[in-house]
Amino acid sequence: MTELYEQLTTYEGRPTSTSGVGKDLVNTPMIRHWCEAMGDTNPAYDGPGAVAPPTMLQAWTMGGLSGHTDRSGAYDELSALLDGAGYTSIVATDCEQEYLRPLRPGDRITFDAVIESVSPRKTTKLGTGHFVTTRMDIRADGQLAGTHRFRILKYAPAAREPKGTRPRPVINRDNAGFWEGVGRHRLLIQRCGGCGTLRLPWLPGCNDCGSPEWDTVEACGAGTVYSYVVMHHPPFPAFDPPYAVALIELAEGVRMISNVVGVPYDKVRIGMPVQLEFLRVDPELELPVFRGGEV
Amino acid sequence: MRVGDRLPPLEIPITRTLIVAGAIASRDYQDVHHDAELARQKGSPDIFMNILTTNGLVGRYITDHFGPGAVLRKVAIRLGAPNYPGDTMTLTGTVTDLDGATAQVRVVGANGLGHHVTGTVTLTLPEEAGS
Repeated sequence: MTELYEQLTTYEGRPTSTSGVGKDLVNTPMIRHWCEAMGDTNPAYDGPGAVAPPTMLQAWTMGGLSGHTDRSGAYDELSALLDGAGYTSIVATDCEQEYLRPLRPGDRITFDAVIESVSPRKTTKLGTGHFVTTRMDIRADGQLAGTHRFRILKYAPAAREPKGTRPRPVINRDNAGFWEGVGRHRLLIQRCGGCGTLRLPWLPGCNDCGSPEWDTVEACGAGTVYSYVVMHHPPFPAFDPPYAVALIELAEGVRMISNVVGVPYDKVRIGMPVQLEFLRVDPELELPVFRGGEV
Repeated sequence: MRVGDRLPPLEIPITRTLIVAGAIASRDYQDVHHDAELARQKGSPDIFMNILTTNGLVGRYITDHFGPGAVLRKVAIRLGAPNYPGDTMTLTGTVTDLDGATAQVRVVGANGLGHHVTGTVTLTLPEEAGS
């Protein structure tokens, strides 16, 4: 157990508010403003005999712009401890409420809250920090009306790494023509000058007859997904996993590795028809990719 | 009504106005819910919906469907992907338990980034629906 965490756990069980008093009695205008914001037209919240929307429970306990004046030191101390350790950001993650009796205009709200637990250090998508769970009992005119368990994450925001650029293709004398074609938005397939066999990727000679002679055929752009994988891990800069890497079979019969775009990664399927397009991934690089879906 | 029944989905456009109005109506003045500039300084791309508004929308989704006679007993939610302006959240629900007039509904609110909210609502059904 780290020293900080040991210190944090000493706050478990300590009250954060004792006999806190709601700043306003339960009232019709605040109920109406809430319903307007939520788009809630439930007639139970309007007119004579109206009750407050149960999910408004926490709102009656909020400090508002002027803040809490009756909060005990424990919560502020805990917050300061976490701030001091660099966990300066806060986000609410869970809210569990139980409604025991409806709140009605005129009810006077009081509440007691306790720090229920502080989690060990956790690393989340947002960053690293500690979850703090509080439990509050809310009373209306002294009678228990609801309970409210609330969990926040106090965290240090994960540093955003500058997005890297895509790896450059290795261009040499054997494949320069391919990339020159991509630059003109043409996907060029090599054709053997000896036996006419098509080949992709480009190679200096024919695998079938060995001839070094060749010319090119422009792909029509139609293709199907021959096979694919979905890349989840590890993440590389400039790539945003998960994404599909596919082996595309072109209409001409040769295959190439590319990305399928325009379709969620988990909707890519073998046999899916795709259409060639060119994607500018950064100012210096364009790549042939394949759009799936409605072709 | 039976266990496994699905509630019709409710689409909620996440406007800047909804985020701010919800935050203020819930008395939540945290800057990340109304000030885009300060939200960005804190590492968020924009303002985002507060949990109290999400809670209110989940409650509304249930009572819109079951009617004003339905009484919410418990709402337990967990937040995931934030609701940023310009997105749409689609709430869906499935009845997961039925015991007399008490029903439990599993609710999911999905936006363009993933699941904004997942949760469980326990309610007492209006008399006509419970019989």
